Amino acid sequence: MELVLETKKINKYFDKPVKFHVLKDISFDIKKGEFASIMGKSGSGKSTLLYILSTMDTDYTGDLYLNNTLITGQKHQELSRIRNKHIGFVFQFHYLLSEFSVLENVMLPAKKLAEKSLAEIEHDAMEKLKMLDIEKLAHQRASRISGGEKQRVAIARALINNPSILMGDEPTGNLDSHNSENVFSIFKRLKEEEGLSLLIVTHDEDFAKRTDRIIQMEDGRILD
Amino acid sequence: MINWKVILNIAKTHLLTKMKSTVTAALGVTFGIGAYITLVGFMTGLNQMLDSLILNQTPHIHIYNEIEPSKKQPIALYQEFENAFNVVSSVKPKQSQKKIHNGLPILNYLKKDKNVLGATSQLRAQIFYLSGSIELGGNLIGVDIMEEARLSNIGDYVVEGTAEDLRNSENGILLGAGLAKKMSLKKGDRVQVSTIKGDVFPLKIVGIYQSGIAEIDNIQSYANLKTVQRILGEAPNYITDINVKLYNIEEATAMAQSLGKKFQVKATDINEANAQFETGSNIRNLITYAVSITLLIVAGFGIYNILNMLIYEKMKDIAILKATGFSGTDVQLIFMSQAMIIGAVGGILGLILGFVLSKLIDNVAFETEALPTITTYPINYNIWYYIIGISFALISTFIAGWLPSNKAKRIDPVRIIRGT
Repeated sequence: MELVLETKKINKYFDKPVKFHVLKDISFDIKKGEFASIMGKSGSGKSTLLYILSTMDTDYTGDLYLNNTLITGQKHQELSRIRNKHIGFVFQFHYLLSEFSVLENVMLPAKKLAEKSLAEIEHDAMEKLKMLDIEKLAHQRASRISGGEKQRVAIARALINNPSILMGDEPTGNLDSHNSENVFSIFKRLKEEEGLSLLIVTHDEDFAKRTDRIIQMEDGRILD
Repeated sequence: MINWKVILNIAKTHLLTKMKSTVTAALGVTFGIGAYITLVGFMTGLNQMLDSLILNQTPHIHIYNEIEPSKKQPIALYQEFENAFNVVSSVKPKQSQKKIHNGLPILNYLKKDKNVLGATSQLRAQIFYLSGSIELGGNLIGVDIMEEARLSNIGDYVVEGTAEDLRNSENGILLGAGLAKKMSLKKGDRVQVSTIKGDVFPLKIVGIYQSGIAEIDNIQSYANLKTVQRILGEAPNYITDINVKLYNIEEATAMAQSLGKKFQVKATDINEANAQFETGSNIRNLITYAVSITLLIVAGFGIYNILNMLIYEKMKDIAILKATGFSGTDVQLIFMSQAMIIGAVGGILGLILGFVLSKLIDNVAFETEALPTITTYPINYNIWYYIIGISFALISTFIAGWLPSNKAKRIDPVRIIRGT
């Protein structure tokens, strides 16, 4: 089966406040179309790992592959492009640009990528919003919508460039059970209907149990 | 690969949603540039006026025959006293004429020189103005008035009548304003002048001359060269002064020296004659620039401050942009373009403000006895000051924007998103 993401012996240290070995020889992979979750206690290094996988954190040793290409050691400019094109990211706290409309928020990464015309991008963005059932919010200001809606907008934004993998850092951590359920079913549907690969860091055991695979982390190591 | 459309769109949204800060920052630049334009226009306008008051009346090179003692007294030629210590008491000036020897050939030579804009001959005569039994000492200058008017702004100082009136009259005089007042004379009246030898001539007042410098206006008048030659009973080649105007004022010093040597005459140049005015202008310019640059630096700090605040407020936005694929350079460009937009808009408004203020000052009445041609405050509208102004606005906002935007470029999105 084809691999979307692969890591080989990733190690990371924190220097502050004291030198601390956060990630110890992390080697694992995500297959295409797999819905995986990472679980672990606070401080187990799961978020740190996720940010390394997302290419935003470059301060580590070891190798990271995305679509079988080595990502480690690429220039920042190139990493930005990879992030833009291949990785969708959903945060715990929605993180929309509050001064822009919902539609503009969703369109922004595609505009940056600039592979399609503006009309196509707008059409795609509306499609994504429709898929997540929030197309009526398209022209609202991002600061004027509810928490659950914000998270769905963030998911739409993460999907706009049809990424290879969607990563989430506790995407349901800040939502009530109804909205959490909603987000989970969206993820499930994306996997089943679109064949999207997902890697979600979560605290929520119910959420994790329903994914294809749970990666347990403890003290900077993956438990098998 | 920079996507300007997206970057400018984000910059625009930031600026529009933070209208108050944007306007404050832009106004800082506007006032800085506006004050610079007004100040520099007003100051250089005044400088030019003051300079021209003196300098335009001063020829670039003035050639005359100086009455002075011989540098070599006859005893120096006497070989027997060659090594002796000679004392000559009561030295007298050398016996010579006031007129320039070979004046007309020199004038023709100068007129053919390609560096010379024009040369005019003058005849300065000591005369007395007669008013009843009162005799007022003074000068009468015989000039080729049309040529004078072309080369200097003497025309501006003829407050009544015109230069042409003098040319067209055989025995006309442009009487000094101070003299006219003292003798209660006006245009159209007659004035009697007497030469040192005692010959009396009536002259018709065709105009009044007011230079703005009382010492001149109280003694000096102008007449045609021929008229003065006739009054003095001298031949048409009798001239005492040659005034030369050059195309390039910088050549005056060198040319004056070579002319002095070549024709055995005294030749002084404008730089020698007016060194103190240069100093005054330079100091005034220095003050103008010091004040303007201070204003612009203050405006620059305003922009720096506001952008810095904006970037702190937008930390989360910056993190999102970076997480969704905008590079550090993109983020820097977003904030740089905000700074440059503020600089450009503020700068252009500043130029307009400066222009309007200049216009206002230009229309304020400023009348003084000393300056007959000036009715309002002088303003210099030199386009270069506007170019310097907008350049400075752009450069200072560039620097003010560069520092905070560079910080934004380096923000680590992971730290913001994780809240550490």
